[in-house]
Amino acid sequence: MQRACRHVRQADVQDIAPIRLLSPGEATAGHRRIGHGPYNPGSFPDMSHAVPSASQTPTPMAPLAIRAYTSTTALGHGLTAQAEALRIRRSGLRRNDFGEGATAEARLDTWIGRVEGVEDVVLPSDLLPWDCRNNRLAWLALQQDDFVAKVGDLVARHGAERVAAIIGTSTSSIGASEEAYTRLDAGAFPADLRTPLLHTPHSIGDFVRRMTGIRGPCVTVATACSSSAKVFAQAARLIHAGVVDAALVGGIDTLCGSVLFGFNSLGLVSTQRCLPFDARRDGLSLGEAGGYAILERVADGEPGLRLCGYGESSDAHHMSTPHPEGLGARLAMQDAIARAGITPADVGYLNLHGTATPANDTVEALAVAGLFDASLHASSTKGWTGHTLGAAGIVESVFALIALEHGLLPGILGDGEPQPDPACGPQIQFANADRSIRYAMNNSFGFGGNNASLVFGKA
Amino acid sequence: METLTAHIESIGFWTNGLPSWDAARAFVATGALPEGAPGKPSPQLLPPNERRRAPESVAVALEVALSACQAAGRDPASLPSVFTSTHGDLSITDYVCTTLAAEPTAMSPTKFHNSVHNAAAGYWTIGAGCFEAATAISAYDGSFGEGLIEALAQLAAGAEAVLLVGYDTGATGALRSVHDCTGLLGGALLLSREGQGPRISVAYADGDGGTLPGGDGPLGRHAGGNAIASMLPLFDALASGAGHVVLRAGPPGRVLAVDITHPKGSHD
Repeated sequence: MQRACRHVRQADVQDIAPIRLLSPGEATAGHRRIGHGPYNPGSFPDMSHAVPSASQTPTPMAPLAIRAYTSTTALGHGLTAQAEALRIRRSGLRRNDFGEGATAEARLDTWIGRVEGVEDVVLPSDLLPWDCRNNRLAWLALQQDDFVAKVGDLVARHGAERVAAIIGTSTSSIGASEEAYTRLDAGAFPADLRTPLLHTPHSIGDFVRRMTGIRGPCVTVATACSSSAKVFAQAARLIHAGVVDAALVGGIDTLCGSVLFGFNSLGLVSTQRCLPFDARRDGLSLGEAGGYAILERVADGEPGLRLCGYGESSDAHHMSTPHPEGLGARLAMQDAIARAGITPADVGYLNLHGTATPANDTVEALAVAGLFDASLHASSTKGWTGHTLGAAGIVESVFALIALEHGLLPGILGDGEPQPDPACGPQIQFANADRSIRYAMNNSFGFGGNNASLVFGKA
Repeated sequence: METLTAHIESIGFWTNGLPSWDAARAFVATGALPEGAPGKPSPQLLPPNERRRAPESVAVALEVALSACQAAGRDPASLPSVFTSTHGDLSITDYVCTTLAAEPTAMSPTKFHNSVHNAAAGYWTIGAGCFEAATAISAYDGSFGEGLIEALAQLAAGAEAVLLVGYDTGATGALRSVHDCTGLLGGALLLSREGQGPRISVAYADGDGGTLPGGDGPLGRHAGGNAIASMLPLFDALASGAGHVVLRAGPPGRVLAVDITHPKGSHD
C-alpha cells in the first residue's frame, strides 16, 4: 500500500513469496530511464545487460490553478484544524480502539489516526443506499471549508460534463464487505449490504459523483498509497488535453480490518506512536482521512496556488519493499521538478512519504540527500495523522499547500527526543520552521513500487 | 468535446476458450473455438514458480500485456502503463474478508499485498524491469472506457506509446451474491501517437451504452458475463472491421464514441 509498507521481514514470514522476480540490472539513478537494450519479441526479456537509455526528461507543463483545498484527518475537520495542530505539534494519534466482532477481539496493540465523528454522520436520504464508513468520511470531508458550494460553483460555471472527479483510495469501502462477511445469510450478503457498488473499488469515485453532480470523467485511482497523489497527475492530463475544464481531485481511505491486519501480517505496524526518520522507528501507525482539491486552468495574471508539476515512476523491484537505492523515488521527484520547470534548489518544503518503517525512511532519506542541497526543509507528517494510505497523497498535499500559503513548515512529530536515523541528511528536519517559500513538494509511494511526486507553487 | 486519438499498434486478448487475439479474430470471423484452449493463462513474463502462484487477475493481465508488446515488437520496459479493472481480484477479496471474519491475525501477508488494486501493475513493472509510470484505476462498468481515456491523455501529454490493460476475474464465495461476474477476461491495447494499425478517435457523448455490457458481437456474447466485458464492443469492432463503436464511461448516462479507421486491406 505504500513504499514504507515494503519493509518485509521475509525470514519471519513463512508464506511470503519470493516476489523479487528479476534483477533490475545495473540500474543507476543518473539517467532518466533505464532501458534494457533491444527487446526480442517472443523471448523472455533479458534483464542482465541493463543499459541506461537516452534521457527523456519531461518538458515543463502549463501550471494549473488550485482554487481550493481541504482535508479532514485525525487532527480534525477542515483546514484550520490541520494548520493549528501542525503549529502546536499536537498529534492526532490514539490507542487503537477500532473494530467490532472478530477484529475487536483480536484488536492490535498499536496507535491509530482515527477521524472523530465519522460514526455520527447521517447521510442525506438520497445517499443512504451507499451508506458506509468510507462514504461518510467522504461526505464529512466535503462539508468543510465551504467545499460543497465551491464544487457547486465549479459545476455551474463549466457545466457538469466539463468537470472531472478523480478520487484516490486504497481500500475504498471494503469495510462494508468485511461487515457483510460477518453477517452472511445462508452464504449470501445480508439484505442491507447488497448494493453492488459498495463492494467494489469505484464505490468512492461514484459516491463523490453522486454528492456533487459531476458528469465528466469519473475515475477511482487505486495504486495503494500513491493513489491520491496520482489523481493530480491524471486530472492535469485531462485538463491539458481539453477533455475537461476543471477537476475535483481527492482521496478517501478509512480504517478497516483489511489494512490493520494486513499491515500487521507484514510486520509493519508499530506498537508505539510511529517515529518517522528516527533511528528507533519500528513501523507505522495507520490512519484514515479524506480531502479534496479543485484544479482549473490559470486565468491571465491570476495570483494564487498552483500545481506546477507531477512525476510518476515504478520501482521495478518488489511488491512491498522499496528499491534499495530509492531509484523509483528519485525518478518521480526528478520528473516532477522537471515538469515544473524548476531546479531542486527552488523547492522550499518537501513532505516526505516517511512512514516510519525501517526500509522506507532510510531509502527515502538517501534519495533526498542525493537530489537536494542542504537548504531544503523536508519532513514526514505521519506522526500527526498516521499513515492514511490512499488518502496520504491529498492529506500531505494539503500540508504542502499550507506550507506555501502560510509559511508553516512542519517538522517531524515523534516522542519529543528525536534520534535521527544515520541516513538522514541535513534536509530532514524534526523541528517546525516559519518562512515564506515559493515551491513545495509531496512524495507518495505505494505497494507495487508505485511512486508519485507533486510540485506546488504560488504566483 | 475534445477528441483524443491514437493508433492501435497491437492487441492482446485472453478469455476462457479464446487464449489469444488470433483465436479471438478467428472466432469473430468463423464462430470456431480453438481446440485444447488452456484453462488459465500462463504469463511468460513471470518465472515458472511465480507463474503458477500468480493470482488469476495478475496472470491474465500480464498474459495480454506481454502479448501486445510482443506483437508490436516493443520493449515492455519502455512503456508507461494503464491497468484498469472493475474489481481487481474477487477471489482475493473473498479470502481477505473470510479471514477477517474468522481469524484476523491469520491473514497471509502475500495475499494481503496481492489484494491491492495495482497488484497486476506492480507485478508487470517488476517482471518487465520497467521504471515508467504505471497506474491502476476503476470506474465500475466504465472501467475500460476511463482507462482508454487516461491512456489517450498520456499520449496527448507527450508519451510516445502507452500500454492499456483491462481485466477482471469471476466472483467467488459470498461475493457472488452481489457481483454476477463469471469467467476470466483480459484485453490489452498498445496505443501510440504515430504508429501502425487502426486509428481511433474518442470523445465523450451522452448515452447509456446499451443493455448488454459486452455488446451483441461474437466476443461480447462469448465473454459478456465478465465485469470488464464493457471493453468487448471495441475488440469485436477491431476484429470485424466495424468503423464505429460506443463504450461505457465512468458517469452513468455518458459513453465514449469511438471512430475506428482500419488500415486498407486489413479486413479484406
